[in-house]
Parts: sequence; structure tokens; C-alpha cells
Amino acid sequence: MTAVLENPATEPKAGAVPSFEVTLRIRRYNPESEHGEESTWDDFTVQVHGTDRVLDALHMIKWEQDGSLTFRRSCAHGVCGSDAMRINGRNRLACKTLLKDVNPDKPITVEPIKGLPVVKDLVVDMEPFFASYREIMPFLITSGNEPTRERLQSAEDRERFDDTTKCILCAACTSSCPVFWTDGQYFGPAAIVNAHRFIFDSRDEGATQRLEILNDKEGVWRCRTTFNCTEACPRGIEVTKAIQEVKRAMITRAF
Amino acid sequence: MQTHQYDVVIVGAGGAGMRAALEASGEARTAVISKLYPTRSHTGAAQGGMAAALANVEEDNWEWHTFDTVKGGDYLVDQDAAEILAKEAIDSVLDLEKMGLPFNRTPEGRIDQRRFGGHTREHGQAAVRRACYAADRTGHMILQTLYQNCVKQNVEFYNEFYVLDLLTDHDLTTEQIEDGAEVNATGVVAYDLASGEIHVFQAKAIIFATGGAGKIFKTTSNAHTLTGDGMALAYRRGLPLEDMEFFQFHPTGLAGLGILLSEAARGEGGILRNSDGERFMERYAPTIKDLAPRDIVARSMANEVREGRGAGPNKDYVLLDLTHLEPAHIDAKLPDITEFARTYLGIEPYTEPVPVYPTAHYAMGGVPTNIQGEVLRDSHNVVKGLYAAGEVACVSVHGSNRLGTNSLLDINVFGKRAGRSAAAYAKTAGPHRELPENPTARVEAQLAEMRDRPDGERVADVRKALQETMDANAQVFRTGDSLNEALAEIRELQKRYRNVSVQDKGKLFNTDLLEAIELGFLLDIAEVTVVAALNRKESRGGHYREDYPDRDDANYMLHTMAYRRPTSAPDAGDGHVPGYFDHVEDFGDYKVVLGSKPVIQTRYEPMERKY
Ligand SMILES: Cc1cc2nc3c(=O)[nH]c(=O)nc-3n(C[C@H](O)[C@H](O)[C@H](O)COP(=O)(O)OP(=O)(O)OC[C@H]3O[C@@H](n4cnc5c(N)ncnc54)[C@H](O)[C@@H]3O)c2cc1C
Ligand code: SF4
Ligand code: FES
Repeated sequence: MTAVLENPATEPKAGAVPSFEVTLRIRRYNPESEHGEESTWDDFTVQVHGTDRVLDALHMIKWEQDGSLTFRRSCAHGVCGSDAMRINGRNRLACKTLLKDVNPDKPITVEPIKGLPVVKDLVVDMEPFFASYREIMPFLITSGNEPTRERLQSAEDRERFDDTTKCILCAACTSSCPVFWTDGQYFGPAAIVNAHRFIFDSRDEGATQRLEILNDKEGVWRCRTTFNCTEACPRGIEVTKAIQEVKRAMITRAF
Repeated sequence: MQTHQYDVVIVGAGGAGMRAALEASGEARTAVISKLYPTRSHTGAAQGGMAAALANVEEDNWEWHTFDTVKGGDYLVDQDAAEILAKEAIDSVLDLEKMGLPFNRTPEGRIDQRRFGGHTREHGQAAVRRACYAADRTGHMILQTLYQNCVKQNVEFYNEFYVLDLLTDHDLTTEQIEDGAEVNATGVVAYDLASGEIHVFQAKAIIFATGGAGKIFKTTSNAHTLTGDGMALAYRRGLPLEDMEFFQFHPTGLAGLGILLSEAARGEGGILRNSDGERFMERYAPTIKDLAPRDIVARSMANEVREGRGAGPNKDYVLLDLTHLEPAHIDAKLPDITEFARTYLGIEPYTEPVPVYPTAHYAMGGVPTNIQGEVLRDSHNVVKGLYAAGEVACVSVHGSNRLGTNSLLDINVFGKRAGRSAAAYAKTAGPHRELPENPTARVEAQLAEMRDRPDGERVADVRKALQETMDANAQVFRTGDSLNEALAEIRELQKRYRNVSVQDKGKLFNTDLLEAIELGFLLDIAEVTVVAALNRKESRGGHYREDYPDRDDANYMLHTMAYRRPTSAPDAGDGHVPGYFDHVEDFGDYKVVLGSKPVIQTRYEPMERKY
């Protein structure tokens, strides 16, 4: 007993095209293969539906054509941050990108995100990304005795940092940043977003330490406000604005 | 092969695993092994809230919460455990707030609370605001907050490591072990996805926190990676699985996709309607209507569809109506789930009702534990040094049907307990116990066989067939016939599984190989689920047998304990306590033996469940 939209095209407002063909042009890299350290492009054609996402097409390829195609994924609905990749030259989550929305008339190019070492096909080494995140002290810092009940926070104070709490650490922003591409030492937008989340939390007392870290030569001042990150963020976080607010805090807060 | 030694090893970095890690890592040398980066765990997908009788917005207390949990679970709940859950809920929410979790706030600045299905005041009088929440991303905030605190505490992680075997000092599948005799867990065997290397982790205490098994079904709210690994590993090593027939189908999955729309949508005022626009839940649960427990709502929806009142061109779903709510209210309280409807179905929830249908959501059953988180090897003996918490475990606080917001609570309360117990045990346990000879042999043989097998069946074909038969035959409505059909098909698929092959033969990041291994877990979990469902000839909570539509307390007020044994072993599954169930399913190569375990009842006498 399951409801399957057999033919989404007949759904009112599902906005769906019936089944259609798409070709994915995927950047492959596998040091164990005959190509060694060379990366190559492979084309795959699959039959898909209007509600299918790039992730569905990747699964079809992996499950029906080439089991060695390698990518990360878990939740399949844009909440776990596993599957950021470059789709037609833009960073997106494969599970949140409907095929019909990325011009399926031409081959859709799929590449790993840039600026992090590629491990295999669409999989990159995320460790440098997480290392920057860990460096900005991404946890609540408080002093004094803990209250017995919860700490109080007004709804307005809570709202102040709401936007940056949405981050799923997918790296779409950081790996779309031209500064990060040329200088892998730069903390990158995601780390700054997560610093923002605490700097603007009224309960937190670690702003000074975090601002000091981000005042480093690889810190916020490297941001050139190109807005790539804001465009890339699948959670709709205003990344550039968050970075600007951190910069401003650095100037206005004495430390 | 590499060998590591720790005091405590935690398998899984979701909410339960990381909550345990925060307790254990300060006390004992601890490692967390996870097949996903911690922040990718499916706890992050949880939306609606976490229950605790804080009484921040209206009168409430833990005793009402306990009662609701027991009644919600159709009285198959162990009441001592439910009482702990409800009492410790309050501290576990406050703990999270102190760790930094950004809960929504009341005008006074306290943690805000909202209504959720089955949570009531005064034993069912009216819905109560008990769910603490952070918009509709409560799970995301819990997972992030726990990870942040693990970073703060310098917890050691082994990410993208798959645990593929559990090591013990006795073979529980073949040995006859005396009542009271000591059995110890000694370590786990893991596979490093990046390198393809095998690692052995020797530990004094091991905590399983591997989450659920939703991928045995086709339509599910669960992640691709929720393949029941921990349950299957324990089961294959001879440990029982408890109450596997109870699987929760969440009423509001996006039709055709299974992506979840939280019950919070109804908590905030959303209404379910059939094709006539009728608010049909008024007929099924006159008092709390759309906020009845999930099993009741899911069955009511399926029944509307079955009786021809489904909406849409194929009349195969019902509608979740939010159009009477203020858009600003929707944006403030339900931003993510309304976004899902827009992204994936192209529906604008401000103005259009959203097509929904039940989706496989939560495993009530799992690896049996006591209230300290210790794993049981039969109805009452524990395995020393082995713990489980979260969705993989069955304590049992959810009985035959979990209430919404009680799982985020469960992972925090029992994750913390398991972490504490494991660390305390590791400190007094003496030196590490010896590992069995050649500890990796089994895993290596399994991987080599799978990798080296020449052209065979595709993993995806077998998995799809499994998921389809489970959806068709073991979902909201079940009968003896449908379950037998499912079982016959699973048996066939088990045979086909021995012939599946992978195309990727490499060592590096071979997800093709690991998907094949995960399929093996899914088959075993589906099989034991169906065998247990066949045996339970009554309807209770999430398990509804159309051929036995009534609850039968005289015969079935018992937990099911399922054991996998060689065909030659004696049939009394738990060996010493002749369980009530003498059901044995002999498959030739092995058999599934069903024993039982008493339900612990303290305050509440089973009553008829009405809402
Ligand atoms: C969409 C959705 C919404 C939900 N909303 C709510 C809600 O509002 N309120 C509520 O109370 N509950 C909710 N639930 C239920 C609740 O979120 C889950 O039951 C709970 O988060 C499970 O947590 P866990 O820690 O047990 O497992 P998970 O968070 O799933 O973590 C499992 C961990 O185990 C690891 N793992 C698995 N297998 C292996 C292996 N072989 N080797 C190594 N590591 C392994 C994974 O990497 C992962 O880290 C929801 C569930 C879903 C699916
Ligand atoms: S800010 Fe957005 S793009 Fe960047 S890591 Fe977080 S969710 Fe991803
Ligand atoms: S698979 Fe989780 S975000 Fe795409």
C-alpha cells in the first residue's frame, strides 16, 4: 500500500514533465584505474521523470550501468550535507537539484567541488574543511556558574543568529570561493558562518577569542565579497552578509 | 590490518552515539567509529521536537508524559524505562540548552513548547504543549550541538569507517551457555572506506548506536544509509532482536517520495482531508483528531484511500491542509518542511494542500537492553561490556508504537546512560580481554567473496525487489497471507543475494562493495521482521493484522525475542527460560527461533486505547 505518483505529469501543479532522457557528463577520477592520476569525462544517458533529482540520475547510473561511479549521499533531501557537487558549473546539492531545472536538453556536467583534494570521482577529502571549522571554536563558551534551569534568551536575541544555525557543513560555499581556490589556508565562508552563529548568540562569551582567530591573515579580511558563497548555499543562508557582520564586529568590538 | 585499543568504543555518531561519547570520553579513553561524518547522521533530519514536561507554557508533569508513552505504545512499553525517559527528559533538554542548542523561545525567554501527537494533559484530556523545538530542524540542532561539544571535548572519531563485525568471547549461536554465565564483548572489526583497510578495535566496553533500518521499505523517511547494520551484526552473532514486528509508518510522507513532513505541521494546526475535503480524523479519533498517535492516523489514511476517498488522479493519497494558517506562522514554525513540498512536488503550501501518504519511519524494535543500556543475550542475561542506545536499541520505551518527539528524547536519555555505564564498567573491568584468534577472518572472507565474485546479479535489483515486497506485504495493513508472501520472496532474495556481484573491484572508497554488504543486513532485518510479524496474531500499535484485528493481551502481552540459530541447535531460543512463543522458522541453512520476554508493568493497567 504505497502512493506512487506513477505519472507525475498528470498531477496538478506538480509542474512535471513526463519521462525524458538526460545525459550526465561526469568527471571521473580513480587512481586505481587505468587512467591513474588523470581525470576523464564519462557520459551516461538515463531515462528520468520530472520529479527526479540529479542524485536520482547518479543512482540510476551507479545501480544500472557503472557500479564504480563514486559519490557521497545519505539523507536524499538536502539536510545532511553529503552531496555538494558542481552541477553545470555551479555548486549544488545533487539531492536538491531537479533535473528539469538544469537544462536537461544538453549534457549536464557533474564535477567534484573545487579546492579540496579529490579522492575518487565526486568524492573529495573533507578533512581540511572540517579542520577550519574546528578552529573557530564552534561551541558555546560561557563563564560562571551554570543556571539550574535553562539560560534565558529573548525571542529577538534568538532570531539574531537564526540564519547561520541552518548550516549543514556541505562546503558548497567554501568550495565556490575564488579566494579559497587559490589559498587553501583561508578559513573559508563556512567556518566564518559557524563563528557568526556563536558570536551573535547572546548566551555566548567567546566572541573575543573567535574574532581574534578570524582576524588572522587567513581570516575574514581575505573575503573579497564576490557573493559566490551566498549563491551556492543550499540552505539559503546569507553567507556574505554573515561575513560582513563578522567584519563589522571586529571593527566595533574592542578586543 | 591495524589494531587499536580503547576503553570505550562507540559505534555510530548520531545523536545517541555522540551523547554517549560526551559522557564516556571524559571518564575513559574513547573512540567513536562512524560510517558517516558525524554531522551527516540521520538525527539531523529530525524535525518536530523533543518531548519533556518542562511545563514552560502550560501545566504538565512527567507522570502524564509517562502515561502517554505507555498508552501510546499500546501497553507493550516497559513502564520502568518509560518512567526514566519521562523523568530524565527534563534534564536532558536542559543539558542540551546549556550545551548551546538554540531552542525557540517563549516571550519570557524560556524554551518554547508545542503540541505533538499522543501527548496529553491529565491522561488523555486534551493535547498538551510538551515538545521542545527549534523551528522544524530540532534534530539538526541536536546533532550540531552534540558534534560541537564533541569538538570542544576533543572526542576521537574514526569517520567513514564501517563496523562489520562484533567480537565476543563465546559463540552465542552454537554454544549452550549456562544461565548467569559470563559472556564478554571484546571488540569490533571495521572497514576504512577511504583505504579499504581492515581495523580491529579492542575495547573493554562497546556501545552500538547505529540507528534504524528504514531502507527495508521502499517508501521511507529514512536515509539511504539506514540499513540496520548494528541490529544485523548483533543478530548474526547470536544476540536476540526484540519486537522487530513493530515498525512505525509516519502518516505524512510526501506522496510518492516518502520525505517526511513533521507531525509539527499538525501540531501547529494542519488538518488531514480526503478527496471530499472532509476532516476524516474526526471519525477515527473524535477527541484529539489529527493529533492521534501515528499508527492510528496512518491506518485511517490508508483506510480512506482503500475505501476510494483518496485524492489525486490515482486516488492514492490524502491531503495535508495548511492553507488556513498564516504564511508568517508557517514561515516561523515550519520553514523547512514547506520548502520540501515546494522543491520536490512543486506545491505551494500557503495556498494548496500537500499530497501525503504513510512512510516507513521508525524501528520500535532492536537490540534488547536494560535501563543501563546493557545488551541482553536472552530474556534476562546481559553481555558484559556491550551496550546499545538510540534507534538500534529496544529498552523498550516505545512498545508497539513510538510517540512523536520521544525518539530524540530516547537518544539523549539512554545515550547518556549508556555512555556513563560503559565508562564506569571500563574503569573497573581490568585489562582488555583477549580477542578471538584471527578476529578479522570472517569480515575478510565476506568482503573477498563479494569483491571476487564474477558477474552476477545486481545489488540494486535485489534491494528493489526486497523493498517492494515489504511495502506491498508488510506495511500499514498486514495479513498472514501477505506476510507469508513477503517471507517467501525474502527467502528467494536471500538465495539471489549469494549470487550478487559488484563492478567496482578496487580498494579505495568502494561504495559499490559496501552497498552490497548493507543489502545483506537489510535482507536479514526484513526477514526477522516478517517472521516476528507472522507470529504475532493480534493487532497492537504499529503492527496491524487484518486477520486478527484485536489486541490480545492474554496471549501477546510479551516482547518478542528473535534468535538466529543453526538448524541443528535446540529450539528453545533463550535456552533457559522457555519463552512463550515456540515459533520456529526453519530455513534449512539456519532457523529463526522466537522466544519472549515479559513486559514490565508498574503503575498502569492495560486499557483500551481510545483518543
Ligand atoms: C525525517 C525524520 C524526522 C524525525 N523527526 C523526529 C522528531 O521530530 N522527534 C523525534 O523524537 N524523533 C524524530 N525522528 C526519529 C529520530 O530522529 C531518530 O530515531 C533518531 O535520531 C535516531 O538517532 P540514532 O543516534 O539512534 O541514529 P542516527 O542518527 O541514524 O545515527 C546512526 C549512526 O550510526 C552510524 N552507523 C550506522 N551503521 C554503521 C556501521 N556499520 N558502522 C559504523 N557506523 C555506523 C552512522 O554513521 C550514524 O552516525 C525522525 C526521524 C526521521 C527519519
Ligand atoms: S553556509 Fe551553506 S553552503 Fe556553506 S557549508 Fe553551510 S550550508 Fe553549506
Ligand atoms: S544526500 Fe543529504 S544533503 Fe543531499
